[in-house]
Amino acid sequence: MSLNIENLTVYYQTLKGEVHALEDASFSLTDGEIMGLAGESGCGKTTLGTSLILLNGRMRYIRGTVLLDGQELPIWDNRGMDEFRFKQVSLIPQYAMSAMNPTRRIGKMVHELIEARHEDYNEIMPELKRRLDLVELPQEVLKLYPIELSGGMKQRMVMVLSTLLNPSLLIADEITSALDVSTQKAVVEMLAEFRDRKFVKSMIVITHDISILSQVADSIMVMYAGQLSEKAPTETIIRHARHPYTKLLISSLPKVGIKYSEEILHGIPGKPPLLLDPPIGCRFRDRCPVAYEKCTQVPPFLELDKDHFVACWKEFEEHA
Amino acid sequence: MSEPKKKNEFLYFAMRNGKLKVGAVIVFIFVLIAIFGPKFARYPLNEFVAGGPNPPSADFYMGTTAYGQDVYAQFVYGLGTTFIVGIIGGGLATLLGMLVGFVGGYKGGWVDEVLNIITNIILVIPTFALLLIMVAYLKLRGVLIESIFIGLTSWPWAARAIRAQTFSLANREFVDLAKLSGMKTMKILFREIAPNMMSYLFMTFILQFGGAILTAATLDFIGLGPTQGVSLGLMMNWATNGSALLLGYWWWFVPPGIAITAVVGALYIMNVGLDEVFNPKLREM
Amino acid sequence: MRRYFLRKILIYLLTFFVAVTIDWMIPRFMPGDPVMNMLSKAGSMHAEAQEVMYGYLTSSFGLDLPVWQQYVNFWKALFHGDLGISILQFPKPVIDVIKSALPYDLLLLIPSILLSYYAGNKFGAYAARSKRMDNTLLPIGYILTATPYMWLGILLGWVFAIILNIFPISGAYSYALKPALSWTFIKSVLEHWFLPFMSLFIVQFGGWAIGMRNMIIYELEADYAHYLEALGAPRKLIRRYAYNNAQLPQLSGLALKLGVIVAGAMSTEIVFSYPGIGYLILMAIQNSDYYLLQGCFLFIIIGVLLANFIIDIVFVLVDPRTRLGMQGGAS
Repeated sequence: MSLNIENLTVYYQTLKGEVHALEDASFSLTDGEIMGLAGESGCGKTTLGTSLILLNGRMRYIRGTVLLDGQELPIWDNRGMDEFRFKQVSLIPQYAMSAMNPTRRIGKMVHELIEARHEDYNEIMPELKRRLDLVELPQEVLKLYPIELSGGMKQRMVMVLSTLLNPSLLIADEITSALDVSTQKAVVEMLAEFRDRKFVKSMIVITHDISILSQVADSIMVMYAGQLSEKAPTETIIRHARHPYTKLLISSLPKVGIKYSEEILHGIPGKPPLLLDPPIGCRFRDRCPVAYEKCTQVPPFLELDKDHFVACWKEFEEHA
Repeated sequence: MSEPKKKNEFLYFAMRNGKLKVGAVIVFIFVLIAIFGPKFARYPLNEFVAGGPNPPSADFYMGTTAYGQDVYAQFVYGLGTTFIVGIIGGGLATLLGMLVGFVGGYKGGWVDEVLNIITNIILVIPTFALLLIMVAYLKLRGVLIESIFIGLTSWPWAARAIRAQTFSLANREFVDLAKLSGMKTMKILFREIAPNMMSYLFMTFILQFGGAILTAATLDFIGLGPTQGVSLGLMMNWATNGSALLLGYWWWFVPPGIAITAVVGALYIMNVGLDEVFNPKLREM
Repeated sequence: MRRYFLRKILIYLLTFFVAVTIDWMIPRFMPGDPVMNMLSKAGSMHAEAQEVMYGYLTSSFGLDLPVWQQYVNFWKALFHGDLGISILQFPKPVIDVIKSALPYDLLLLIPSILLSYYAGNKFGAYAARSKRMDNTLLPIGYILTATPYMWLGILLGWVFAIILNIFPISGAYSYALKPALSWTFIKSVLEHWFLPFMSLFIVQFGGWAIGMRNMIIYELEADYAHYLEALGAPRKLIRRYAYNNAQLPQLSGLALKLGVIVAGAMSTEIVFSYPGIGYLILMAIQNSDYYLLQGCFLFIIIGVLLANFIIDIVFVLVDPRTRLGMQGGAS
């Protein structure tokens, strides 16, 4: 097990109170696993992803443990996390297009960053060049400023930089949204390549584009309103989903190309609950076609089949 | 989020924002002094009521000038002038800036290019050098003329900022919708675009207001201000000419400076407060 | 980059052209006879000078010539450095009067701008680091930028020259001395320079400190800062990047503020009777010396244009975006 998360709970502090964006998430990743993380916007997928590397100003760690290669990540401690960032956990941000300092030559920025992390730039240099070749970036990019690169080039440069120190866990947050379809495909294939070459051990790919996930992800985890709904191998999620929400999500996708809308699901009546004051129990129960009285209790995230985790009382009943 | 909810949210943050409150209270106090102060003046403005200089006393609240004029009367009337210059000069500059910025940012193309060149030209010519040459040939100058000159020369940076904002709004969906429905350009600008940057325009006005006050004070002090009446800048000009500094008549030159600094400083601090209210990223959580 | 400079130079040439045209136009399009207008206001002149001036003014205005000819002649005279004759220091040419005042302006402006820019930026960046510093700096900074230059000059003069009697209050050097390259003279020059310099320095310092503090806070929220944070970069590195990037808007701010700073310097010179161009302007207004005023106007314009151009060059050095001919740039 490379990543093991227990009861991770993270809230957002707002003036109106705490937003329960991530509640008691427990799951694990095996070595070499690429897990796709899907759900409507606001379901907590980005919260889950970013909380593993950097809690932003308004995010509050509430409880839970994160074990990476058997070592606990002190995610509540911004300074303490510094040691793990980049080396153990790394991030390809949503904003890859603007992630690099516009007034520094890329090579110089990489150099300064590497030195600041107490690594030897000259030692890393040959590997850096090999990886640039791998993603088909000319080595001259190191002498350029970010604005001199195209969108796709920036995306690849950020991928190379983020994985340069061979992190154990890589979080890729909506990496493909700014790119056109053919570039998206290339980028996703590169991610898999990085895993195959063991630049990264395991990966969480956050996206709203399931077609992307079906190409590269070994497993898919679906979230709803801050709770985990289901996690299973990719094929299983697409063909034999068990959680009512996942089923609705998959069935609402157009048959050609598996994509779902970022917006509210139209096929399902109702709206996701406000997480400022979330309903007790299963948060999907108001919209769920099969909900019953038991659903006022929070369902555990249980492994019903091998590697197939579901949080639904109805499913447990049928399975039992 | 719906519209009324949003307004309430701004109001909520505005009421909680210390900078905004402190700034507004200071400005308000000085406005009250400018409006009601003259009612309490015991001596007419600029008349030689005392034989010579007097320090503040029960009779002369703020003392008298070297020539025996009542400083209190000069101060309260001068404060009024300051606000008039700020409103007219700052208001005119904001309006011109809006006009040029809206049209340039919305129309784009060669219209934008021409407006941009004009803006840049006026931007580099120092306002006060331009006023210097205009003022030199006007025999009689009033506060109104001064304010208009200031307004006519200080709009460029507002135009630039507003142009950039308009440019980003002009490509939004709701503007496209208005265009498709055949709305006239001017109507789109004032119905669709202006309301969406109200907060921004208001902040621009506040900065222009403060800037106009400072420019006027400098001009008056150099001797390019109104030839009649009184202003805080003129008071400082008279005080220096009357050797108030050498003779230590502090009550003559300290109050006008304090008033200008307090009003302009309070306006700037209000502006920071407003920025925090309208820009959630800057709010302290 | 070539396009950037070509564009800038075009704007500056246009600006200069407009400024000179205004300079030429105003006396001619005001109601009444410009020559009589000028002379009637210059009451305090002695008879001989008045006569010479009348002849000189009439011929130099050349009111009998067609308007375009007058305009061309004005430009010709300008290129020969002929800005007319000063009434105030009759019969000295205006250009000479201004030349002897100019060094004092440079002596005040250049050090005060450079030092306040440097110190203000450093201090603002420092203040952005801690809440407590920030809460004290912010109000002080805003009060300083809101202070009229001349009033701060008056206060400093009153406290340090009149009450404490540490510094002299007026002139560029002691009246008892003759300009010479001696220690006593240099010391006297520095003593007289200090208070006007300080008034300019302090007000500008407040502006830069606040500007930097606000810019840094924006920069620390920028994507590149968050990315570096996520990669565990030390705060020092992130702050350094933010500081460097915040310099760019500060630099374009400097270009925008030049006019105000020059006006501030003029009024400060008046407070301390410091014999630069500002003081000349006051004298020129009081004595209705219009040629001198026009000359001062042209010099200020040229100075501001040059300073703008220097800032443009610096911009190219620090901002790759202008260098690569993309967007960005000072003005």
